[in-house]
Amino acid sequence: MKSLLTAHAAPAALVLEDGRIFRGRAWGATGTALGEAVFSTGMTGYQETITDPSYAGQIVIQTAPHIGNTGTNTTDDESRRIWVEGYAVRDASRVASNWRNEKTLHDLLEEQGIVSICDIDTRAATRHLRDKGAMRSGIFSGEALAGKTDAELVSVVTGQPSMAGRQLAETVTAEAAYVVEPAEHGWEGAPRGEVVAVDLGIKAMTPQRMAERGLRVHVVPAGTTWEQIQEIDPDGVFMSNGPGDPQTAAQQIEVLREVLRARKPFFGICFGNQMLGRALGFGTYKLPFGHRGINQPVLDRRTGKVEITAQNHGFAVDAPLDGPVTAPVEEFGRVEVSHIGLNDRVVEGLACLDIPAFSVQYHPEAAAGPHDAAYLFDRFVELMGLEPADDELIDNEQEGDN
Amino acid sequence: MPRRNDLNSVLVIGSGPIVIGQAAEFDYSGTQALRVLKEEGLRVILVNSNPATIMTDPEFADATYVEPITPEVVEKIIAKERPDAVLPTLGGQTALNTAIALDANGVLEKYDVELIGANIEAINLGEDREAFKGVVERCGAESARSVIVHSMDEAFAAAEELGYPMVVRPSFTMGGLGSGLAYNPDDLRRIAGAGLQYSPTTEVLLEESILGWKEYELEMMRDANDNVVVVCSIENFDPVGVHTGDSITVAPALTLTDREYQKLRDVSIAVIREVGVDTGGCNIQFAVDPATGRVVVIEMNPRVSRSSALASKATGFPIAKIATKLSLGYTLDEIPNDITQKTPASFEPTLDYVVVKVPRFAFEKFPAADPTLTTTMKSVGEAMAIGRNFTEALQKAMRSLEQSDSSFSFDLPEVALGPNGIERLVEATDEATTQRIHAVQQALLNGATVEQVHATTKIDPWFLDQIQLLNEVAGAVRADPDLTRPTLELAKRHGFSDEQIGALAHVAEDVVRGVRHALGVRPVFKTVDTCAAEFEAFTPYHYSSYDEENEVAEHRKPSIIILGSGPNRIGQGIEFDYSCVHASMVLREAGFETVMVNCNPETVSTDYDVSTRLYFEPLTFEDVMEIVNVEQATGGLLGVYVQLGGQTPLKLAAQLKAAGVPILGTTPEAIDLAEDRGEFARVLQEAGLRQPRNGTAYTFEAAQAIAQDIGYPVLVRPSYVLGGRGMEIVYTEGQLRSYLENATEVSPSRPALIDKFLEDAIEIDVDALYDGRDLYVGGIMEHIEEAGIHSGDSACTLPPITLGPDVLDRVREATGAIAAGVGVRGLINIQFALASDVLYVIEANPRASRTVPFVSKATGVQLAKAAALIGTGKTLRELRSEGFLLAEGDGARLPEGASVAVKEAVLPFARFRTREGAVVDSLLGPEMRSTGEVMGIDRFFDTAFAKAQAGVGVALPTSGRIFVSVANKDKRSSVVYVRMFKELGFEIVSTGGTAEVLRRNGIESTVVSKISDAASDDQTIIDLIEAGEIALVFNTPSGAGDARGDGYEIRAAATSVGVPIVTTVSEIGAALQAVTAMRSFSWDVTSLQDHAKRLESQVIGQDPATAENAHV
Repeated sequence: MKSLLTAHAAPAALVLEDGRIFRGRAWGATGTALGEAVFSTGMTGYQETITDPSYAGQIVIQTAPHIGNTGTNTTDDESRRIWVEGYAVRDASRVASNWRNEKTLHDLLEEQGIVSICDIDTRAATRHLRDKGAMRSGIFSGEALAGKTDAELVSVVTGQPSMAGRQLAETVTAEAAYVVEPAEHGWEGAPRGEVVAVDLGIKAMTPQRMAERGLRVHVVPAGTTWEQIQEIDPDGVFMSNGPGDPQTAAQQIEVLREVLRARKPFFGICFGNQMLGRALGFGTYKLPFGHRGINQPVLDRRTGKVEITAQNHGFAVDAPLDGPVTAPVEEFGRVEVSHIGLNDRVVEGLACLDIPAFSVQYHPEAAAGPHDAAYLFDRFVELMGLEPADDELIDNEQEGDN
Repeated sequence: MPRRNDLNSVLVIGSGPIVIGQAAEFDYSGTQALRVLKEEGLRVILVNSNPATIMTDPEFADATYVEPITPEVVEKIIAKERPDAVLPTLGGQTALNTAIALDANGVLEKYDVELIGANIEAINLGEDREAFKGVVERCGAESARSVIVHSMDEAFAAAEELGYPMVVRPSFTMGGLGSGLAYNPDDLRRIAGAGLQYSPTTEVLLEESILGWKEYELEMMRDANDNVVVVCSIENFDPVGVHTGDSITVAPALTLTDREYQKLRDVSIAVIREVGVDTGGCNIQFAVDPATGRVVVIEMNPRVSRSSALASKATGFPIAKIATKLSLGYTLDEIPNDITQKTPASFEPTLDYVVVKVPRFAFEKFPAADPTLTTTMKSVGEAMAIGRNFTEALQKAMRSLEQSDSSFSFDLPEVALGPNGIERLVEATDEATTQRIHAVQQALLNGATVEQVHATTKIDPWFLDQIQLLNEVAGAVRADPDLTRPTLELAKRHGFSDEQIGALAHVAEDVVRGVRHALGVRPVFKTVDTCAAEFEAFTPYHYSSYDEENEVAEHRKPSIIILGSGPNRIGQGIEFDYSCVHASMVLREAGFETVMVNCNPETVSTDYDVSTRLYFEPLTFEDVMEIVNVEQATGGLLGVYVQLGGQTPLKLAAQLKAAGVPILGTTPEAIDLAEDRGEFARVLQEAGLRQPRNGTAYTFEAAQAIAQDIGYPVLVRPSYVLGGRGMEIVYTEGQLRSYLENATEVSPSRPALIDKFLEDAIEIDVDALYDGRDLYVGGIMEHIEEAGIHSGDSACTLPPITLGPDVLDRVREATGAIAAGVGVRGLINIQFALASDVLYVIEANPRASRTVPFVSKATGVQLAKAAALIGTGKTLRELRSEGFLLAEGDGARLPEGASVAVKEAVLPFARFRTREGAVVDSLLGPEMRSTGEVMGIDRFFDTAFAKAQAGVGVALPTSGRIFVSVANKDKRSSVVYVRMFKELGFEIVSTGGTAEVLRRNGIESTVVSKISDAASDDQTIIDLIEAGEIALVFNTPSGAGDARGDGYEIRAAATSVGVPIVTTVSEIGAALQAVTAMRSFSWDVTSLQDHAKRLESQVIGQDPATAENAHV
């Protein structure tokens, strides 16, 4: 990896469907990667980013110029593997410097076959996507690139399906259910509640945040039915973040409606927010280039306070911003937009007023990102009518996740 | 929350003179604050003693008090202005301390003034080390662990817990006596054993050592609604042990994972809440153990700090501006982000570039000072650069320092080094000095490993690998001397200058440039936008990078480039930034689009909304030409101003002109003419003016002959320097020889200039404007110290107090003749010396000078603005009629009754210690050493001078003991002053020779021993000074340097305990006047606006003898 002193490394190209091509050098694995090109603006947390299942089907362009400086380790993975289809950066680190480092990022990408590119003008690519919107793309290197004309590369890129209409949760979800015990995350004493977390692309930090609060978390696959959930008889149900178009998730939406009808307390994050929106009868739509970063300001309308949030979403819920309305599916009563993105006034959270359900579009579990929104897990605990958090718990939260 | 509507007027406290550790950044933050307050419709009152600042421009406040920042003076201002609130968080530690004092002495309560932006409890929690430790603990974080012990048994027990190395600090000893670092039990026994003896309470503090840990800083903002954001993370390249101000720093942090970074963020937020910073900015410093990741909180500043300016420039988030809005009650989500316009300020900037700041030092001015970097800040300025990666930003920052050896050299040794050679190079990296980064790079270049260098320096291996990468890129260039496109692209991507590439390829810099341009390898310009391109940016704040896409937009109107003055240094500081900013302001008003180029993050000029466009770039020919190129391509460039930013842009004038770049204002030919001795002498001859006899020498023999001919003492110096760099008064041939042997800056292309030194002359400084036809004198300043003391270190008064009308007329006439002869179009500064009533011309500089802001503040005329307009073709007549200048007359003869302004220099001697720990000498000389200045302004000289002294921070005493010890040549002239001090009731203390002379003149004094002839148990003058029994030291050095030993010790003692020192007879005269005035009445405070009003009414023709004018 040390020999990355440029010029010697193989060429690579990031090709966008509208014909814009960025030429750089091959990094990670060699070959072809196809996916929707999106950019992420976080300055830290590349390992969490690439292992976040919500990025399945996407080629991520990192706006921070130096990537890989601290290497990778097994504790910071957010899931069992890397999910980005391809990875595009400007300056890939030659070395890894950190006391927790186990493997360079290059080696990890190569090992998992993630075709990547470095030394491109990532800012130019970002500006392009900002202006033109997220689009289909490909990274090509090695034989996949050699001797190919630009037109040939573009036609490979345009041969893949668009993100709109893609159903991906089933491809990233856990194969079998598993349980995350509170005791594994510093909770002393008996669990104080049971939660079913439907894995639509869940990140490891999410069940951990719940377990830290004394909840036993049953993580179940995306296709889990209402009946299967009832068998566990949880205090509450949670739906996670995940990739793909929420329109395709008819099965999960039906399960969620059963949860709501049963008045089971519900909390959703990201894709889970879109599930709640659709279950209540709202539409969802694709944002031009999405929100992907860890500096997104969100207003909690209940407290009037602003939190800095981690976000990663290309779709959003289409709900009226002004005041409570009756949900289009009237049996669920009134609902209000509880959180608003301050950059562009996108719906960032929903709260039902007549049934115990709420959700946010962003990531209170952070990883990567600020911990400002961790209080939402406490709200979930409260919603389930469990004992409020004690001091011990707050300590845990401030300590973050050591 | 909308803004509070119960506030109508606010007093802003500035930070006073530029000193090490508190510099131009507070002018930047203060100026932002004033603009916000004015925009919000409040009545704004300002106090700041520093006339070189933009913030003290009368247009920025409703009442501008250029007065000493002391609790007494601020109380007077409060009593007079009755503000609703005081905003103390934007003027550094000076403002904060003043606010604490005003609270403690009940002034705030008495006048019902509210403190905004901070509260006293929070300030105290942040400042009190013990209390802050408690805060950290309550936040669930750690401070460095420490134990207090009273015996060696306890010490060893504590050592078990703390581990080695540890810091040993005896309690209650003076100046850290007996402190040390213990690496093992033997060290501990030795240091703590002695420490227990030294300590009057037999008490020693043992603290775990965090030396060598990674160091970070987070800049935070909090609003009244408890919203907190992190504006910027900063990582120190140099590990803990080097003051952040002296470290190379990087933004954002580059070697932390998200988990580690979020931990710092969580702790920062918890601390800012626990301390209770109401609204505004604050910064927190951390140390992180590189082996375990353990985090220790070092300290916090509950105010806008030095790093805030850097963080603002690094991110585009204007911390001071937002902090001011928050102090008025706004919340972050109510304030728009200026850059994106559409998004709010309640977010955290994200960077898609790397920012590197490098400090600039001035040890060449203080050869005796210890250049080791420690936890005491020693740098005088800094340069910042932005690149798309670390290597590009680092190399740009290093060349921005403009020192001959500031960039990396990649020359390989001629003979390969043996293993010992490598070891020696590695050893050289061990000590933190100003040159350490070069030592690191050289060690790696010569074969040392990253591991070896990490072991000695503890610099993070990632950074060391980046330095290694630079060495490898250099190798690639060396291997391809034909300079093919891939090689050039590679080198440029990592920040190599054409000069560095030329050195590697053994071709001239301009050849590299030619090849590069022919191949089309040119930089693009990116935008600092706070959001990594997520949203469109509306502020053209640019930096160059060798990348793909250029973002510079078309100009709507022709543009004018203003070249700034680069990093602050002694001799070229904030005064030049003042002129650049003024030019930009007035040219924008006149309908031009202005383009600022500068690399100094501390300044107002690098605020992104001062000019139409900002390029944050090094001020080298190569970097400036690339900007010229892109400016020409985007709308037509009218020209470039080189005369406003001091010597830095002036040096580029000829090269720019040769490259076909239009220079506005004074031509490069005229600049050369003023610098060229022969040419300049001809101008003077034609005008019938005299110069001290002089010559130019390229060798010692020639110098010897010239000195012989014109007679000693002579003044020697290298040509083309600013701030009297390397200038010395030489009394003998021996001194001349040693000067020339040591002066590395003298060479065949840089000859030595030799002038007859005029002893006992009065020095006169003039700033004037010339448009090719008419002359406008801005002001004539009379120096308090005689010629021979650098004008930047000398106090001066405007108008002159001892020069008669005929002298002023002669000065004006001479100024006009020189300006015309040189061919000035704009500003010129001329120094004269008056000796035996003969006027000599010392030198002329056809550019904005250090005194332009002082003259502008003293006379109320904006010289820099007028100069900028002359550059666009305006005439002085037009400027007079448009009100930029006085309609009639000029600053050469101010109207009777005009206020008197005194400028005094601020010197950094107390900051520097020799390696042995002694203070460096505080003698003034022809080489400038001051870091800043203050102004005292009042109706008459005496009080103006007293105010200036108080502004410096060492107020003159009104009673007590004066120590007098003067050189033989000064004895006669001193007697009368000493007598008058005695008559005022001062007690006189003196040493042998001086006491004898005083006695013969009927002045009794207490005689104390000099150090040199004191018996062992005698109380010496040093003892008295250190015991605080001397109120004023009057000590003049003898010229030849023989009695310097004793004199040095006396001045050093006075410097270290902060007793005022007078080292010239002329200054003791001024001091006497000031002391007399201070004793007879207490002074008034008057705003610049009121001074101007009074002057106006004077000009209209009030009777000067009205009661209002009566003095006592």
